[in-house]
Amino acid sequence: MSLRVDFADVTKDFGPVRVLHGVSFELEPGRVVGLLGENGAGKSTLMKILSGYEALSAGELRIDGTPQRFANSRDAERCGIVLIHQEFNLAEDLSIAQNIFLGHERRRGWLLDDAAMRDEARRVLQQVGLQADPDTRVRELIVAEKQLVEIAKALSRKARLLIMDEPTATLTPGETQRLFALIAQLKADGVSIVYISHKLDEVERITDEIVVMRDGRFVTRAPTAGLSRQQMANLMVGRELSDMFPVKLPVAGAPAPLLKVEGLSVPGWAQDVSFEVRPGEILGFAGLVGAGRTEMFEGLLGLRPRSAGRIVLDGQQRSLRSPRDAAQHGLTYLSEDRKGKGLHVRLSLRDNLTLMDLARHTHPLLDPASEERALQQAVADFGIRTRDLGSRASSLSGGNQQKLAIAKVLQPQPRVVVLDEPTRGVDVGAKRDIYFLIQRLAEQGRGVVVISSELIELIGLCHRVAVMRAGRLQATLSAEHLTEEELIAHATGTH
Amino acid sequence: MPPERIEMTSPRPSGTPADPPGGAGPAWGGPASPVTAAWRVRLRSAGPWLGLVLLCIAGTLLNGDFATWDNAMNVLTRTAFIGIIAVGMCFVIIGGGIDLSVGSMAALIAGSMILLMNGIAAQVGSPLLTVAIGIVFALALGAVFGLAHGLLVTKGRIEPFIVTLGTLGIFRAYLTYLANGGAITLDGKLSDAYSPVYYGSLLGVPFPIWVFAAVALVGALILNRTGYGRYVQAIGSNEQVARYAAVNVDRIKVLTYMLLGVCVGVATVLYVPRLGSASPTTGLLWELEAIAAVIVGGTALKGGEGRITGTVVGAILLSVISNILNLTSIISVYLNAAVQGVVIIIVAFLQRGRR
Repeated sequence: MSLRVDFADVTKDFGPVRVLHGVSFELEPGRVVGLLGENGAGKSTLMKILSGYEALSAGELRIDGTPQRFANSRDAERCGIVLIHQEFNLAEDLSIAQNIFLGHERRRGWLLDDAAMRDEARRVLQQVGLQADPDTRVRELIVAEKQLVEIAKALSRKARLLIMDEPTATLTPGETQRLFALIAQLKADGVSIVYISHKLDEVERITDEIVVMRDGRFVTRAPTAGLSRQQMANLMVGRELSDMFPVKLPVAGAPAPLLKVEGLSVPGWAQDVSFEVRPGEILGFAGLVGAGRTEMFEGLLGLRPRSAGRIVLDGQQRSLRSPRDAAQHGLTYLSEDRKGKGLHVRLSLRDNLTLMDLARHTHPLLDPASEERALQQAVADFGIRTRDLGSRASSLSGGNQQKLAIAKVLQPQPRVVVLDEPTRGVDVGAKRDIYFLIQRLAEQGRGVVVISSELIELIGLCHRVAVMRAGRLQATLSAEHLTEEELIAHATGTH
Repeated sequence: MPPERIEMTSPRPSGTPADPPGGAGPAWGGPASPVTAAWRVRLRSAGPWLGLVLLCIAGTLLNGDFATWDNAMNVLTRTAFIGIIAVGMCFVIIGGGIDLSVGSMAALIAGSMILLMNGIAAQVGSPLLTVAIGIVFALALGAVFGLAHGLLVTKGRIEPFIVTLGTLGIFRAYLTYLANGGAITLDGKLSDAYSPVYYGSLLGVPFPIWVFAAVALVGALILNRTGYGRYVQAIGSNEQVARYAAVNVDRIKVLTYMLLGVCVGVATVLYVPRLGSASPTTGLLWELEAIAAVIVGGTALKGGEGRITGTVVGAILLSVISNILNLTSIISVYLNAAVQGVVIIIVAFLQRGRR
């Protein structure tokens, strides 16, 4: 009942950018395969092709030996392939049963057969171990339960291959355990599973073999049993990790912090957070999703209401009411959400770059030549690769967009810059460039805050790492001799 | 916002984040290749010009009176009201907003300024000074109406469509009430002092055309060569990104509505001396024509990008259509608004592929 998947030279272009370069490998039936790769390695795109959300540009996808071209996810479901998204695809206002049968409703004549759907829903809910009334509205469920509903939905559609993209990203350790038990059971029932995760300990525990991708290419496959986590990490990055990071420079002796935050509270997100950043220092912020790191900094900038807290910038106490206020006092912030909050992808490179520093190019009217010079300077300084300086930001690759976004928040010459997930969705080469860039910022005497979910990055780059959990600062650790396990322990409260 | 809602229902923190929602990372929005993109841009800005030229050729062939200096001046003078409003509307639409109330607003400003001028004429004495006070009042009233729209949209967080739909009704009803269902007419002496503003001309070009040209020029300068204009485009393109990039989003948005209000004031100031009165039908459907001019001119209704020159050409194009309908008998002139409606839909259809 399981199915066999062959990728043959699968290529995918998004506009001018090639994200998959002829990927070929096969997935054998009835196994749990861990798909590994850095952000931007192309694993999500490949899985979207497999599950019918994206069309391939060239190459072939064979299911049980037959070439397939899925027009949409329904086509793929018909073959038994279901992708469970990171953000769930559930209609919040419908009930569990209505969601499970969405688009596949049972009918009797012209009317819906609610009774039959409810019974079937109850059966699959039992199979995944969710104790809930099928009439419960999805809105009322917690995240882990929603995920079980997604899996139940897949099972009700006779899934033979289940793709899970970061399924544990929003689960507690206990919920993760239950998910793993379910995966083992599904595997015993003959369902194949592709498991995408950054958490190598999970991959080590539940997968039979791993497939590694890097920069849109297939790198290798290997049985999980023969590999250490360190080896997996090296395969993903494609070089020894130690090459990735610049050598840390000592923070100059200047005792006065550039940014000092005391007792900052952002209702609903952060409570009583205090920290400081000195000139030339790179301070990391670690924590799980929902730990309140981003929200705390948004509160600091005046994007969310603060209920308490003292902010001292460069020796002066400031009450920042907006990002504009913050920028005027020498603090800028780069959002983790590049498309939604970081860059105007539809605008030109120049308009993006100078947006935060237009005053410098206004005398008294805007001077396009001056802006153009700033762009040329930034392209050189930040290593932004583009064929055409007049193009829109959307034409750049992810890494170059990110470099442009960083260049943008540095235009007003801030004393302190906060970079939220600066290497998200960026290939390995660009990642390394960004690390060295951050190092240079510190060298110039700025205070740099890096919020990141990649622990290796925090350890490799920062002088100190602050760990947040459930809105509170758990610990601020020196990055020297710091290990991932230690960070995870603080972030999960199992220290 | 769904993402926040999901997080609200599960306050428990756990797990680490992963790839961005888009998958492999980079934001793809660009068309297939830079070459075709450049051509598309060129075609888009040339589109309105092309339409105007074709219409003018058609008009010339259909009626010998079309291609005369007098007719051209006549068309442009009539375009001035809508064109000036359209320049202001262009800012609002590029900034991601809309204003449906401009026609009613013009009517109410016209009625109010006439009432004011009639009322103070005796005390002030000089008709010229009275008219000057009326003009300043009209511009200020436009700014105040715009300010109200802007504050309701930004601080009140109400959709601009709803806000201005509401004021569309309020403004016109209030004018009808002030006019007691009839017309508000400017006193004869004032009318004489005021009429050159519409009927006068400079170097053979009627005064309203000069004002229209000046407004368009200043508008283009503000949009393309000032930080304010850049911020308007940035907000319309993506309000969140602009807010995170330290742009004072609310202030900029309020200013677009005020700018439009002042433009409506200017258009009204030019319009009042034409008939010397305001009635419940004053400015009827001006919102349709102004929005149509902006859209026909190649500005995206969802905001972010647009051009003043396109808007000006769009406004002229619409008046040329009605002028041709007037001069020829192919389509009844009563169907003028219908033809304009068709033009908007066709242009929107041609733009539909754009993201």
